[in-house]
Amino acid sequence: MMARYSIFSLARNALSYHQDWPAAWRDPAPKPSYQVVIIGGGGHGLATAYYLAKEHGITDVAVIERGWLGGGNTGRNTTVVRSNYLWDESAALYDFALKIWEGLSQELNFNVMFSQRGVVNLAHNQHDLRELSRRINANRLNGVDSEFLTPAEIKRMIPIIDVRAGGRYPVLGASLQRRGGTARHDALAWGYARAADARGVDIIQECPVEGFRIENGRVLGVETAKGFIGAAKVAIAVAGHSSVMATLAGFRMPVTSVPLQALVSEPVKPALDTVVMSNAIHAYISQSDKGEFVIGAGADKYVGYGQRGSLPVTEETLAAVCELFPSLRRMRMMRQWGGIVDTCPDASPILGKTPIDGLYINCGWGTGGFKSTPGAGWVYAYTIAKDEPHELNAPFSLDRFRTGYLVDEHGAAAVAH
Amino acid sequence: MTQRFRLPEGGLIDRAKPLGFRFDGTRYQGYAGDSLASALLANGVHLVGRSFKYHRPRGIFSAGAEEPNALVQLGAGARSDANMRATQVDLVDGLTAASQNCWPSLGFDLGAINNQLSRFLPAGFYYKTFMWPAALWMRYEWVIRHAAGMGKVPDARDPDHYDKTYAHCDVLVAGAGPAGLAAALAASETGARVILAEQDGELGGALLGLDETIDGAPARDWVAAARAELEARESVTILTRTTVYGYFDHNFLGLLERVTDHLAEKPARLPRHRLWKLRAKQVVLATGAIERPLVFSDNDRPGIMLAGACQAYVNRYAVKPGSKAVVFTNNDGAYGAALDLAAAGIEIAAIVDLRPDPEGPATERAEAAGLPVLAGHAIIGTRGDQRVDQVRIARISADGASIVGGAGEGAAQTIDCDLVAVSGGWSPTVHLFSQSRGKIRFDAELGCFLPGDAAQATHLAGACNGAFGLASCLQTGFEAGAQAAKAAGLKPGKRRRKIQKAPEASDDGFLPARWTWLVPSDRPLGQGGKHFVDLQNDVTAADLKLALREGYRSVEHVKRYTTTGMGTDQGKTGNVNAIAIIAETQGRPIPEVGVTTFRPPYTAVTFGAFAGRDIEDLLDATRRTPIHAWHQRNGAVFEDVGQWKRPWYYPKASESMHDAVNREVKAVRSSLGVVDATTLGKIDIQGKDAAEFLNRMYTNAWSKLEVGKCRYGLMLGEDGMVMDDGVTARLGEHHYLMTTTTGNAAPVFGHLEEFLQTEWPELEVRLTSVTEQFATVSLAGPNARRLLAELTQDIELSANALPHMGLARGRVAGIPARVFRVSFTGEMSFEINVRASYGLALWQAVMTAGEKYDITPYGTEAMHVLRAEKGFIIVGQETDGSVTPLDLGMDWILSKNKDFIGKRSLTRPDMLKPDRKQLVGLLTEDPAEVLPEGAQLVETVLAKPPMVMVGHVSSSYHSPNLERSFALAMIKGGRGKMGQRVFAPLQGGKTLACTITGPVFLDPEGERLRG
Repeated sequence: MMARYSIFSLARNALSYHQDWPAAWRDPAPKPSYQVVIIGGGGHGLATAYYLAKEHGITDVAVIERGWLGGGNTGRNTTVVRSNYLWDESAALYDFALKIWEGLSQELNFNVMFSQRGVVNLAHNQHDLRELSRRINANRLNGVDSEFLTPAEIKRMIPIIDVRAGGRYPVLGASLQRRGGTARHDALAWGYARAADARGVDIIQECPVEGFRIENGRVLGVETAKGFIGAAKVAIAVAGHSSVMATLAGFRMPVTSVPLQALVSEPVKPALDTVVMSNAIHAYISQSDKGEFVIGAGADKYVGYGQRGSLPVTEETLAAVCELFPSLRRMRMMRQWGGIVDTCPDASPILGKTPIDGLYINCGWGTGGFKSTPGAGWVYAYTIAKDEPHELNAPFSLDRFRTGYLVDEHGAAAVAH
Repeated sequence: MTQRFRLPEGGLIDRAKPLGFRFDGTRYQGYAGDSLASALLANGVHLVGRSFKYHRPRGIFSAGAEEPNALVQLGAGARSDANMRATQVDLVDGLTAASQNCWPSLGFDLGAINNQLSRFLPAGFYYKTFMWPAALWMRYEWVIRHAAGMGKVPDARDPDHYDKTYAHCDVLVAGAGPAGLAAALAASETGARVILAEQDGELGGALLGLDETIDGAPARDWVAAARAELEARESVTILTRTTVYGYFDHNFLGLLERVTDHLAEKPARLPRHRLWKLRAKQVVLATGAIERPLVFSDNDRPGIMLAGACQAYVNRYAVKPGSKAVVFTNNDGAYGAALDLAAAGIEIAAIVDLRPDPEGPATERAEAAGLPVLAGHAIIGTRGDQRVDQVRIARISADGASIVGGAGEGAAQTIDCDLVAVSGGWSPTVHLFSQSRGKIRFDAELGCFLPGDAAQATHLAGACNGAFGLASCLQTGFEAGAQAAKAAGLKPGKRRRKIQKAPEASDDGFLPARWTWLVPSDRPLGQGGKHFVDLQNDVTAADLKLALREGYRSVEHVKRYTTTGMGTDQGKTGNVNAIAIIAETQGRPIPEVGVTTFRPPYTAVTFGAFAGRDIEDLLDATRRTPIHAWHQRNGAVFEDVGQWKRPWYYPKASESMHDAVNREVKAVRSSLGVVDATTLGKIDIQGKDAAEFLNRMYTNAWSKLEVGKCRYGLMLGEDGMVMDDGVTARLGEHHYLMTTTTGNAAPVFGHLEEFLQTEWPELEVRLTSVTEQFATVSLAGPNARRLLAELTQDIELSANALPHMGLARGRVAGIPARVFRVSFTGEMSFEINVRASYGLALWQAVMTAGEKYDITPYGTEAMHVLRAEKGFIIVGQETDGSVTPLDLGMDWILSKNKDFIGKRSLTRPDMLKPDRKQLVGLLTEDPAEVLPEGAQLVETVLAKPPMVMVGHVSSSYHSPNLERSFALAMIKGGRGKMGQRVFAPLQGGKTLACTITGPVFLDPEGERLRG
């Protein structure tokens, strides 16, 4: 049983100087075999384990993680959550995720600090406006909240923005998704880990996967640094290294891996109450609860696995931020880092079966992985349990690159893939 | 204005230059050469800030970049800076600073209630609460957000400017302490181009704060001589107030130079900060070391400072940081500090040493000087509200884990004091080395992390590599400098000067030491006093242990759960202690716990410096055609298309956009229009395989195109989706000119080059971008030929000589020109290409000659209406990366006899499905209603969403020719739905009904453009 977190348990534990808090999750040694082994202890892998246990009663599950849980892109992203995607297939999946987000702290009994402060996407020219209008209309008719803001409304909502028409990229309008916002990224991983562990899932950290055991086209388990672990089903959720994993399993993935960069400023008192994104000048920005400006920069223009990102990308992004928010020029960058994103040719994820029986893959989210976590975990668990995709992820099959059923979301992210 | 704590003599300050400044509104005085911190201490001001979480009173803790506490808001208004470390702010006359994170005042801060409630606010408390009721989270968050944060964002546009520069050098030396100076001397001796970067305003590093001798003379004399020597060498650049903040791949480094912050009068010509982007053949890191605090109970009060910092305040700034000091140490080094403090007249009440048998050179000197030493003792608690006034001391057990005599007041003795100088050993500044991807290792004897194997061309000198003694610093500095120069390919120096040989100096490090990472108290940890590990973020040892207890085992987990090391100081003083306490708690060796990743920047870098001059109008290039000035003079309204400024429409006095566009559209269809088409991308293609190359890149066939003819081409991505379109002309046997859309010129060029260079290097084809080499003036309308005929003598314009899709060369208005008979409007049209420099002259000639035809310049909006009437697509408007030629009804352009990029993708099953979105025309049932572009279309309107969408409006206009609105749309299976109704439910609740039609609304036979 999981010890419940609440104001009361906090007060009670204060009396014993917090000496009696139990571990949020166990630290088990791997069993010889499991019904399901999930590779990757990030948000997606942990959420998948949680929903396997909760929705499908499959608790004989191990999540195995190369390093420490949540240490990949889950702990490196800029924490934006939204669902205002253009295409029906994407909107359905991301909005499904968003609806789970809305009750997630309570469901997990772990405050993931989902802050529905609104996400503003800016338009800087006639082309942007036309695309924005198309997206707002599509969102609206899909039941995803979305509205248009005039420059005056934007300025009212975001006093520090410069919408001045004389600038190089004047702000001509914006879309606003009020239900969008930010969340605490680490808490998402920890919340799912704790809840999955409570349902019997083994979380095994510092256990890199070194290979797959496959016979007659069917997966039998994984070779790891801690020995062979047998499994009836193996599910990959290793954003940033999906093609590496696929190569180990003997098939190829249509993904490209590039470093995507983020940075934070020093913390200051609240000055920005929404998330602001600009496609045209590759910048997005929000302010964390701690007070840091969290800024998403572009991707490097070359492939790589170095989790840092290059200086020119920092320069471009901060130039754009300084342009949109001229009073932030004196703010200072405190920390900068990178994460490796797997991107598909159509900028949509792959979530489903692989050419190998019993082996599943979830990857290719590009910049969209964090926000999708609850929804992706839910449908991935369904896919693994039923050995067939849920209708929400059926469009995102690996097979679509053969059939041509692409879901082109290049316009969806502020970062060009 | 008393500077009560200023020593009567000594220091590197200029007593002839008093400077006035204000802190929290009170006036004080300091001297040139002071930092804000030293000036405050000279005036007896220790309380300077409040901590992040508990709002505990905090004082100045260090004398450098590692400062966790003394963060101030500097200046006011648009030039205000948040979170500035007072220890690194040069005092200037008239400076104003204010404390942060307190209300209503620094002395009386209501936020300090958090300290009373701290028992309920352990690490990560917010993950466990604020969840009920769910709807209230946004309010809880509002409170949390306003309690958090530290300084404030300036309230207006930053009036300062910033700059960037590139540099190359043979050897970069990071840090100008003794090791760095020695390295720079040795390297530059060879004639190597050396850049020496120092974050301080002065050279000398630790020597500035120490009372050392070199070759028997004061160390400062050696520093001055070294500086003079380096300045005399032409190949040396000395950058002070310049931090090497980032070490990237291939010896690429980022430096931030603070150019004017230290000047009272800031010359307008100078940038405030300058970002150096430096490529160094070799790098010498001489970044020194940072002193560590000890983790003991209530170790955070104002007046508790690092021992080396106390020493620096005395020696460099001639400031007494207190009157009566207790020195608390685990190593020999702090005895040197104690001696310096004593020499400055500060009473040393006790040296409390964790070591049971203190020994070492400085210990001996201190004992000889009669300083009182309490061996095997620890400070187990402190007292004092806004300044420490007493410490409690007890003897500790042999294993260092507890105090002798156990809990209870009886075991302790108290000592009154107003200063506690703390030393817990030293941490080499390995930040840059780690950023360079060099491995770091733990050294058990030195009790610190040291550089291991380098990943780049990096050399190490001095304390950052564990050489703590001055003689070793100098020695390793000279060696590293010489090695670096040699590795950069330079010969050893021929000149032999005294200064480049390592001089004589003492070589005392700080050993021996005893590593007691968590100093015991007489109360259980976390029950009573607080053992702070991260002062800025208020993280205690109990917090670390709580995180471990709760299963956050990885050092990264502990960091993220407790926020240790995540403040503006990025854990410079706290991280090693945190790691050691984690290791101790887990019973693991420190190397197994490892370190958290060192991320750039070393210290925070101003956003403005990254932006440099690339702001406002220079954020992106603005491209203007040679005819731009004419458009401006004639009232054009411009729109941004890619980087280009294009005339959108030309309103006459009091004309609305609608009226202007209608007039322009009508003029083209009835007489003559002219448009500036210069912005279209132009790529010159030459080589014997040019036709083959075009065959592969375009969907249609090019081999048979005759010289002197043009052809429309469609380019697909590998996924079979439309990527670009345009007309390509064959100028010669192996010579083509391709036009691209305006926005896609660069991506198309890149696409072509990628295939040429990586897929088909065997093709003999050369590409040149000539977009800006030519101006294009395009005439369209029934009178186009008549006008052109008046302007040329040598071009035959008859339908036979220059048919549609023909090309001619000659002179137009006396200017050498290429004339392409191509049309984007459906009218007879001639595109005249001339050298860019003739563009305006040609335009003016056309306008003058065209007066009799009432020639009308038209903008992009009219052009879009004209092409849409004809059903011509715009790539990026009708297409969005998900549209195939089949979807556009352009099967005719797909060659069946050859391969081309994207062909295979078009054969995939989903590409042939009948319900794909297809290009159609759309007519609203009310001809006066113009559909908004981007409107989504449904077949069945429901009372509320969700509704099933079947397509969207891609282009929509009013047509004065059709005398009604019309639109182009992409609709699922649209070609099979001619005459059917669809509906556009708009924002605001209105729904427009429309009928699906073909996409061509005018002149379907194309008669107007022939003839």
